[in-house]
This record gives sequence, C-alpha cells and structure tokens, in this order.
Amino acid sequence: MIFLADFSVIKPDVGLLFWTSLIFLLFWFLMSRFAFGPITEGLKKRESDIQDALDEAKKAKEEMAALNARNEELIKEAQVERAKIMKEAKEVKEQIITEAKVKAKEDANRIVSSARMEIEAQKKAALLDVKNQVGQMALDIAEKVIRKDLSANPQQVGLVNKLVEEIKLN
Amino acid sequence: MRKFFFSAIYIVAFAIVGIAQHNHDHDHDHSGHDHSHDHAAQHDHAGHDHDQHHDHGHHGPICGVEQDHEFDAGATALHHISDANVYSIGPLMIPLPCILYSKEDGLKTFLSSKFHFETLGHGSGHQAVDKYVLDEGTVRRVTDPNFPKGEVPISGFVHKEIDGKHASFVCYNNNLYPTDAKSTADGGLFGGGLTSFYDFSITKNVTSMLIVCSFLFFLFRSVAKSMQRRVGMAPTGLQNFMEPFVTFIRDEVAVPFLGPKYDRYLPFLLTIFFFILGLNLFGQVPFFGGSNVTGNLAVTAVLAIFAFLITNFSGNADYWKHLFLAPGTPWFVKIILIPVELMGVLIKPVTLMLRLFANITAGHMVILIFVSFIFIFGKNGTYWPGAGLGAIGSTLLTLFMMAIELIVAFVQAFVFTILTASYIGASTEEHHHAEHAEHH
Repeated sequence: MIFLADFSVIKPDVGLLFWTSLIFLLFWFLMSRFAFGPITEGLKKRESDIQDALDEAKKAKEEMAALNARNEELIKEAQVERAKIMKEAKEVKEQIITEAKVKAKEDANRIVSSARMEIEAQKKAALLDVKNQVGQMALDIAEKVIRKDLSANPQQVGLVNKLVEEIKLN
Repeated sequence: MRKFFFSAIYIVAFAIVGIAQHNHDHDHDHSGHDHSHDHAAQHDHAGHDHDQHHDHGHHGPICGVEQDHEFDAGATALHHISDANVYSIGPLMIPLPCILYSKEDGLKTFLSSKFHFETLGHGSGHQAVDKYVLDEGTVRRVTDPNFPKGEVPISGFVHKEIDGKHASFVCYNNNLYPTDAKSTADGGLFGGGLTSFYDFSITKNVTSMLIVCSFLFFLFRSVAKSMQRRVGMAPTGLQNFMEPFVTFIRDEVAVPFLGPKYDRYLPFLLTIFFFILGLNLFGQVPFFGGSNVTGNLAVTAVLAIFAFLITNFSGNADYWKHLFLAPGTPWFVKIILIPVELMGVLIKPVTLMLRLFANITAGHMVILIFVSFIFIFGKNGTYWPGAGLGAIGSTLLTLFMMAIELIVAFVQAFVFTILTASYIGASTEEHHHAEHAEHH
C-alpha cells in the first residue's frame, strides 16, 4: 500500500480555517451565554452564600458569646444586689431589733416609773389616810379621855395606853 | 489495573482491525484496477486470496505504472493524521458533505459517497465527480481541461516523486491526469498554497469539532441547568464532577493572571480550554475517527489568532506604550528593544499555534508508528509470527504512549489556556513603575 506521503496537517486548509473559526465563535458564544455564564455566576453566588453563612455563623457565635457574657454579668450583678439587699435587710433587722429593744426598755422604764409614781402616790394617799385616821382617832381618844374625867393619873394613863392599843393601824 | 487491561485489549483489537483494514485496501485496489484492465483479471484473482499469496505486495500496474507496495510506516502515519472527506469509524467509511469551489466550475456541493469509495476501505473513490476525485480520503481536482465533467469511472491513483516533489495522478481511460490538492493558506511556506480549488467541505476534522462541541455544550448546559435548578443545594453527580474543572481554570489560571478583571475573560479561557481538551481527548479515542483536530495547524492557528486578537484588543495604554516606546530605557536600548517587543507580539501566538500542533501531531504519529510495528515485523501481513511479536511489542509501547498522550492532552490544553491568560494579563496590567515610586 502506498499513501500520499504528504505532511498535510501543517498546511492550513482554507476550508478548515473557515469552519474552525465559525465553530469556535459559535461554541464560544453558546458556551459563554448558556453554560459558562450561568455556571460561573452560580459558583460565585454559592461561594458568596457560603461565605455569608460562615460570616453569619461567626456573628451568631460572637453574639452568643456576648449574650453569655452579659448573662454572667447580670448574674453577678444580681448576686451583688442580693448580697446588698441581704446586708441591708440584716441591718434593718438589727436596727429594728435595737430600736425595739430601746423602745421596750423605755416603755418598761416608763411603766416602772409610772408604777413607782403610782405607788408613791398611793403610799402618800395611804399615809394621808393613816394620818387622818390617826388624827381622828386621837380626837376620838381625846374626847373619850375628856368624857371619862381625867380623875386619877394612873387610871388616865392606863386608859390612854389602852386606847392606843386599840388603834388599829390598818 | 483493570483499566490497563482494557487498554491492552483495545490496542490489540486496534492492531487486528488495522490488519483487516490493510487487507481491504488490497481488495479495493484490485477492483479499481478491474474497471479498465481486463488483462489484469488473472492478477486480480490471485490478489483476492493474498493471505497465502507471497507476492501480494504487487498489484500490477495502474495506467502502466507499476505500484510500489512496500509498507511505509511514516507515510501511513501521515495519512492517518490528515484531514479527510470521509469519516472513519474503525474500517467503516462514512461519507461527508463536500462543498467545493473552483473559479472555473463554481460551487459544487454533494455527498462524498458520490465518489464511490468502499464502505470498508481507505477512502479512494472509483468515480470522478465534476473533475473532483477522492484520493485516499482527500478530495483532489483534475486540472486538465480535457478531463470530462460529470460522473465518470476512474481506475486508480498513482503517486510519484517528480524532482523530489510529490505528485498525484488519477488514471482514467488508461491515461494519467495530474491532480491538484486543495488550497492552503501557508502561502507555499510548507509546500501548499493556492491551487485551482477551495475545499469548504465538512471534513473529518470539522465533523469531530461538531461532535465534540455539541457534546461539551450539552454537558455544560446540563451542569448549568442543574446549578440553576438546585440553588442553595450541594452539587451532586455531573455537576459535582465538572465544577472543579471550571473552578480550577478560574482559580489557577484566570484569577492569578488577570486579577479582578478575570470575569471578562473567564468564558473565553474556559471555552478555549475545554475546546482543546475535548478535541485532544476525542483524538485519542481509537476507531472513532481517530481525528487529529488539535494536531492540525489550521485549527491551532485559528485558536492562536483568537488569543492574539483578544490580547491586543484588550491591551491598555500601558501595553502599547511599553510596546512602542519602551519607557525608562536609554535610546540605544530602545533601538533593540522596540523591534524585539514588536516581534514578541507575533511570536507569542505563533508559539501557541506550533506548541499545540506539534505536541498532538507528534503523539499521534508515534502511536501510529508503534502500531505500524505489527506490519513491519509481520512483513506486511505475510509473516504471522513477526506480526504476533510486533503486536505484543506494539501493544506495550502504544499503551505507554497513550498514557503519555492522555497527560499531554490535559497539559497542552492547560498550557495553551494559561499562556493565553498570561498574555491577556500582561496586556491589561496596570503598571506601577519603580521609578515613579522612587520619585515619591
């Protein structure tokens, strides 16, 4: 067998140049318009979506951390507040107790003193009464003495003694 | 491991079909012969059972010219990498539309089956159509005005070396008529040039391009569709498989060289990458055309021209200033630098064109020559032990070469794309000069 020993591929055939240009231009247009365009756009969109999602996740994480920190702060604040309130309550309690104690003491003192004064008054009244009665009795005795004729001294003395004996100090 | 096994089977099958195809060739040579030479009938008869026939290499004369039937591996390889007006799937020849223009006869369109080539053969026609003939799959034109127009039977082709130049003839009515090759745009640089006709046919290469481009279009269209359909969802299947290629070109080629402007050029870079890669890989498939599209200078030239046009049309003021003024250099350096810069503008696309062409063509030729070992060691089908050993050696070598070619297919597509991106990047770069920085 013999072939045309011709290195034809190095000779750019006019028809092939024409068809290659036409096919390549058409291919370029169709691929850009209907295939690579949407693909590169889709890829870009997906990449930005992924980036956004990652950013969002990061942001959410940061927000979460911030929230947690805030919570902790709140808890701490609450604890401090509680401690303060407790302390205040304690103070108030103690104050109330001391006040109560003081007041009670005062009241007691007052009661005691008023009692004492009452007693004093009663005592005075009683003494007054006693004095009055003693005076009455002395008057009575004197009357009786006067009525019995103060004849004999011994007898009179005996009588006075007897009368004094009769006085009942109530 | 399994893949290698299948590849090995593939290549052995390729070799067997190659031998079968080779045998068919002999058959049709004979029948072509039959039409005009009754005296050769006996010879023809002998040729039909050429498997046992030692002298099968000689087929008798065509138009009185004794044909040299020694197997020529180089010529076989050259034949197989050429463009053709028939599409071959294995030994099956499928006709393609011919669109031919000559100044004398105007435009002629017909299907290449009109040339009456064998369905299982090498694509040499038995009929001339309006002075056009199909010589080994390629349309040629008879220039002689005495050659009849219309459909006439022809009896064969003769190829001769005349003054060291290759000449082809067609044998009609026992006369030899010289035939013209189609016009080529090399301006005689590679032995081509404008001839009596132009071939705008849908050739094997054009068909391959149409097949590959349609396939790629539907592939990426379905990826784009599933992307639009599944917004906000993780990619699956085909989309998941194809996306990394796109992101690879974007992140490794477009963005590093073009910076933030990459958006404008990314579709072009992706198109050129997948166009080259698709055709490189398609050309690797045995039986199915085995087309050598990216190993054809016309195709790589078109790609390089597009790269050149895009580079220069997107060139900014800085680019042109650097090209024509070479700022910051003394005048005597400018004299040297400016022509060098201007030459560089043209050399860049030329290297793009030649690199891809040479790599793919060389790969195809080496594989074809390795396969030819079967015929060389088998003494052209007459010595079966030699053919068997040749098949084993050829299988191993071809297997190795095909693996290399697979890498080359990707590497060359990538290199073409990355260099195009770097040229565009250089022409659109915003320059910040060192001397400016010093002044401030």
